Amino acid sequence: MIKILLFAELQEQTGLDEISVDKAGLTVSELKTWLMENYELPTLNNSMIAINESYASETDRLKDGDIIAFIPPVSGG
Amino acid sequence: MLEETLFEILETPLSLDDIVAKVVRRDCGAISTFIGTVRELTHGKKTLKLEYQAYKPMAIKMLEQIGKEVEEKWPGATIAISHRVGTLEITDVAVIIAVSTPHRKAAYEANEYAMERIKQIVPIWKKEFWEDGTQWVGDQLEKTAYPEGAPQLGGESND
Repeated sequence: MIKILLFAELQEQTGLDEISVDKAGLTVSELKTWLMENYELPTLNNSMIAINESYASETDRLKDGDIIAFIPPVSGG
Repeated sequence: MLEETLFEILETPLSLDDIVAKVVRRDCGAISTFIGTVRELTHGKKTLKLEYQAYKPMAIKMLEQIGKEVEEKWPGATIAISHRVGTLEITDVAVIIAVSTPHRKAAYEANEYAMERIKQIVPIWKKEFWEDGTQWVGDQLEKTAYPEGAPQLGGESND
């Protein structure tokens, strides 16, 4: 299983802050495609990706137990 | 002083004194502080309140990374950063940065650098509440999305 974390507008678009799915083996890009097919996430492509709390890229492959976070443009400060 | 206490995400009001105390060093001659507060008017539009959300464990890791960058760029600098999350009212303090350095110029520079980096890499979001609606605000640096797929972790563009 992998755990998907959603924040800010992505959380509001889906009404979910967390999704657990059996999608180990997919790339980040493939997971994004799956998410967009299954959830209402119109701004997912504007987000950065972190795997296990480090920024990652679209080509990284997910393994069992990973936590992937979709990070909309940040606005701290 | 434990290293991890230099960088915090808190749900409670921030104390300038506490954060300054973390960076006091006998060999430093300067401490710069930055206090980010909630502004009422942005381009004439009235904010009623803000809500901040953080991906807390990663936000702390990214703050620690900013700390490492500052220590590398300004040897002898010590930095502490606290960011508040939750609902904040107008004039409330959202972030405090304190930097101590042997000489003052580096303290000013490092403090500004840290704030710019927070706006690039730290997963914290702000939701604006206006009289006529709400919005999660991103893109404060006027970069739509992230053309290179990830923020500039090296921070080279901010020298």
